[in-house]
Order: sequence, then structure tokens, then C-alpha cells
Amino acid sequence: MSKFREILLTPIFKDNPIALQILGICSALAVTSKLYPTLIMCVALTITVSLSNFFISLIRNIIPTNIRIIVQMTIISSLVILVDQFLKAYDYETSKTLSVFVGLIITNCIVMGRAEAFAMQNTPGVSFLDGLGNGLGYSLILIVVGAIRELLGSGQLLGIDILTTTQNGGWYVGNNFFLLAPSSFLIIGLFIWALRSWKTEQVEEKEFLMSKNAPKEVETHHA
Amino acid sequence: MLEHYLSIFISSIFIENLALSVFLGMCTFLAISKKIEAAIGLGIAVIVVLAITVPLNNIIYNFLLRDGALTWLGFPDVSLEFVGLISYIGVIAACVQILEMFLDKYVPKLYTALGIFLPLITVNCAILGASLFMVEKNLDFGESVVYGLGGGVGWALAIVLLAGIREKLKYSDIPDGLEGLGITFITVGLMTFGFMSFGGIIL
Repeated sequence: MSKFREILLTPIFKDNPIALQILGICSALAVTSKLYPTLIMCVALTITVSLSNFFISLIRNIIPTNIRIIVQMTIISSLVILVDQFLKAYDYETSKTLSVFVGLIITNCIVMGRAEAFAMQNTPGVSFLDGLGNGLGYSLILIVVGAIRELLGSGQLLGIDILTTTQNGGWYVGNNFFLLAPSSFLIIGLFIWALRSWKTEQVEEKEFLMSKNAPKEVETHHA
Repeated sequence: MLEHYLSIFISSIFIENLALSVFLGMCTFLAISKKIEAAIGLGIAVIVVLAITVPLNNIIYNFLLRDGALTWLGFPDVSLEFVGLISYIGVIAACVQILEMFLDKYVPKLYTALGIFLPLITVNCAILGASLFMVEKNLDFGESVVYGLGGGVGWALAIVLLAGIREKLKYSDIPDGLEGLGITFITVGLMTFGFMSFGGIIL
């Protein structure tokens, strides 16, 4: 049982797909300006990666190695088409907001990466859990970013006023910076910093060390 | 007419830069931008693949998939738009494979230069993303050629710029937790601010 727990929980903090494996970043940046589309995106990705891991693992022994990428792609894109059509049918507004990013789950490296690295070697049940774990690890970062951006940008969470903005007669002046996409880069950057200060084994090695004799504050010379 | 194409070209490089304005192809963008040479190789590969696949997908969309596109076969009511995603990615995968074999046989120099980047490109979301944007913007064939080319050039420009910054950055004293990925994120964030200044331009 503990093995299952480990497979499920490792990708969330210890081996987070976004913060450590540099996978699946594109959508993390573009869809997070409001919390609601962010949640939909997380659910869509988690479903896709769990199911694709499950199905690829089911047929892992009969896929010829040299065409495996195409086979994986076909399975993944069929799943994404299902998710996309479902979203268009039941939540058309959100699917418009997410625009091409639902389709781009196909090329989201988390899905391909887990299929290639995990599902091809493991049994279906375990692969499903691995997919679920990675989906949740991705969701964790997206939800944090989405919540920060919506709260500070428009003073709301899921459309409910938390900090009433001045436009609505409150006191909070919305920070438009957080509604712009570049802010998510800074938030993820700082999130990684926080995560790595907590789990110091994730810190990358420096390519060049500062010399011991280097002055603590370098004087700047103005020409 | 030429002016129209030129404005699509310029806007796809600067205003709607695939990497810095719509954030596509970020994984490779962050992973393979440590060295300028590698960045240039990948950039060229992206330009070539985009310039081929976007027009190709445009043809497929206009003559096979879109609503009423099959009229020439006698099926005016059929819309195959729902298989769009799988056909675009199929075209991209096949195209990359053929390009790889072609380069291996006829331009071995370029083939070795591009190396591992070529197969990697199949899963670069900038490639699929550009095709999806092409459909969303409803471009015709000529426009899609220009859009593909411009998108590629814009992406290549962005990754080479980032690689330049990162080569300088590795000599600086960065807090431990920010080293590597963290500081790269923040750098890219600042770069996207720079590119946002192109945002208001109307061509």
C-alpha cells in the first residue's frame, strides 16, 4: 500500500513536473489569469494523463518499439479530442477562454513524458496512479498561480469578491500586473524558490562558484 | 497585397511572438537555452518545420476538415472538424519524420547540426499551437505560409535572446534556491514584459 502512496505522492512535491522536471509549462502560464478556467484545465490534464498512462500501459507489450511514439500520440490525441468535445458540449464559455490550450494537452510534455518514462515499463494500475500523481502535481502549481493571480489581480476567487475592489465600492485597488501573463513567470519562479528552500536537495549546482576572496558587495563603477 | 503579408509576418514575429506572447514551446524553450549554439540549431529547426507544417495543415483543413469542405467529393453536409487535432499532429509527426530522412540523405551537414532537436520538435507545442492558431484565425493558404515562417522566426529569435542572457547569467551570484530553473523563469518573465511593449502596435 505504501508503494502506491509513494507513486501517487512523489510527483506532487518531491518530483513536481513543473518545478523540477520542466514539463508542461506552456499551459501553466497562459490559462491561469482566473481560477475557474485553471481548475477546468487541471481536471482536463489530470484525466488525460491518468487515462493515457493506463491505456498505453495496457498495450505496452504489443507496441513495436520503433513506432511507439506514433501509437502513444494517437492514444493521447483521441483522449484529448474526447475531453475537448466534452468541454465544448457542457461548458462552452470556458472552452472559448481556454481556446487552443485544451488541444495543446496533446503536446503537453507531461503526458508524453510519463507515457514514455513510466507507462511503458509498468502495469496499468500503477501507471494510472502515476498519471494521477503527476496530474495533481501540475494542478498544485496551477491552482496556486491561478489563485494568487485572480485574488491580487481582481480581488476575487472563483468570481466571488474576497477583497472588494474600488470599482465595486470597496477599498482594494486591483493590481493589473497580475492579470498580465508575465506575472505567472515571476510567481512560478518565486514558487520554485520557496519549494527549493524547503526541499534543499532539489537545488541545482552552480556552474561557477564565487571565489572566497570576492568582496561581499561589488562596487559599481560609473564611467 | 504585399503589405498585408508583410504585416502578418511582422506581427507574428513581434506582437504575437509564439514564445513570449502566447507562451508556446516553453518546455524546450527553458530546457535548451543554456548555450547559444544549441539555441540557434533548435531555432532553425523550428523555423523549417513551422514553415512546412502550417501551410500543409492549412490545405488539410480547407480541403478535408472544415464545414462543407468535402463538397467536392459530394458530401456538402459533412464536417470533420472534430478529428482536427489528431490530423494536425499526424501531419506534424509525419512531416518531421520525412524531413529527418530527407536531410539525412541530401543535406547531411544540416542533419548533424540539428541532431536530436528535429525529433524533439514533434512534441513542441509551438508547432501544434501555430497550426491551431492558423485555424482559429481562419487564414488562407498564402497567409498561412507567411504566418508559419514568421512564427518560426519569432520563436527562434526569442530562444537565442534567452540563451544569450543565460550565458551571462551563469557567472552571477544567485541565491541557492533560485539557481537554474527559478532564475530562468524570472528572466523570461522580464523578457515577456519587454515584448509586451510591442502589444499596442497596429499594422
